[in-house]
Amino acid sequence: MTAKVVTITSGKGGVGKTTSVANIAVALASRGQRVVCIDGDIGLRNLDVVLGLENRIVYDLVDVIEGRCRLRQAMIRDKRLPELYLIPAAQTRDKTAVSPSDMIRLCDELRPDVDWILIDSPAGIERGFRNAIAPADRVLVITNPDVSAVRDADRVIGILDAEEKGPVSLIINRVNSDMVRRGEMLSVEDVLDLLAVHLIGIVPEDENVIVASNRGQPLSLDGKSRAGVAFQNIARRLMGEEVPFSELETPGLWQRLLGRRR
Amino acid sequence: MNVKRALTIKGIRDGLLVTCHKGSWNEMVEALNAQIEDQPAFFKGARLALDIGPCEVRVADLSALRDSLSERGIHLWAVLSTSPVTEATAQNLGLATRLSRPQPLVSAGEAKSIPAEAAKWVRGPLRSGTRVEHDGPVVVLGDVNPGAEIIAHGSVIVWGRLRGVVHAGAAGDETAVVCALDLSPTQLRIAGEIAVSPPRRAKIQPEIARLVDGRLVAEPWQSG
Repeated sequence: MTAKVVTITSGKGGVGKTTSVANIAVALASRGQRVVCIDGDIGLRNLDVVLGLENRIVYDLVDVIEGRCRLRQAMIRDKRLPELYLIPAAQTRDKTAVSPSDMIRLCDELRPDVDWILIDSPAGIERGFRNAIAPADRVLVITNPDVSAVRDADRVIGILDAEEKGPVSLIINRVNSDMVRRGEMLSVEDVLDLLAVHLIGIVPEDENVIVASNRGQPLSLDGKSRAGVAFQNIARRLMGEEVPFSELETPGLWQRLLGRRR
Repeated sequence: MNVKRALTIKGIRDGLLVTCHKGSWNEMVEALNAQIEDQPAFFKGARLALDIGPCEVRVADLSALRDSLSERGIHLWAVLSTSPVTEATAQNLGLATRLSRPQPLVSAGEAKSIPAEAAKWVRGPLRSGTRVEHDGPVVVLGDVNPGAEIIAHGSVIVWGRLRGVVHAGAAGDETAVVCALDLSPTQLRIAGEIAVSPPRRAKIQPEIARLVDGRLVAEPWQSG
């Protein structure tokens, strides 16, 4: 068995990278997949908080890389899902503590034992971002339907293209269909029109996401909320299932997409 | 010792120009590092332009070099190359791809005579952060997204949506034009004149922008 390394990145901060990593990881793990999440945001870690594992950190990513512990010791196992692990970031160091080749080595060591390695990239396009994409087999770029987030996503996709880190897939997060209907928000189509990449998920705006993150209980654990379902759909699509984009996403969108794909 | 002769270092108006004559990217970096270790004082605080000829470089490699140079107080600001891949890489990292003056005749061996009017042909989409510069006309097949820039001494033709910043006739040619299937640039400049797009019109149609009596005018494209 060899794992797929999936990096989630965005360029802009605050669009939902960490939340998505947590939710997709939970959704994959609840389908019986073995999943390791790596928090690549060294110095500003918070994937542990969103997953509710903060109080169990002993060793972190930098400890593994600098040889202070074995890889297994830094992997925190989630109690709710037996096959979900987190390798937390160091909080007291910065991005230069890790190099892209460290990340590649680390992932290669993990690959034989798991199905998925999800890497949470920091915002920006500097060292931390390069660390996060270096080992990636697949990159998910996440954006919100607003002009500045889309602009940054465009830049990141350009860099990923130049580095041949394909195939890139897009998640559009926090879509508010009422605002779209009133013409106050970019629609999914507007975003795709500009970015011209493969779409893997549309996540509706949902207040439950904030509540769930604060509690450390990712939404896709129970999967009744709209956002939770959307994240589960992303996980299913990652696993190769053909999941139609549902009504709550955007009616009839899928057909139109198929029609216009280049 | 042999390695070092692979490099030529020359003082130019904007700092130092290092020309690599041959070898792979790794050999060039090695040679450059050896040279810097030899004369750290000479390089300290320098503005460096690197000419790597036809060598193809990826973003990761180039940004690694830029970072390692900056740790030693050397500012890499330009990468010159005949490879379009390398040029795109440098542009992605926000590095210049030509010196402000005409490029010195460093590669006399492979004399390339591009006629002044030869167009640069670019495949889109040009994403945010991409910068295309050319001393002739530029043709883009695909979209030009917001955040991308085209600076051309000649005209600019975009077979797609033009939503970035475009400057035609950048060296002062007032006869240069800009045309696109959907002409809605963030900013449009021809020679010394600047304009922004009016708010979106109802109908999207191919348009052409030109200078008429010193004013920028955009009108629907009419054949014949």
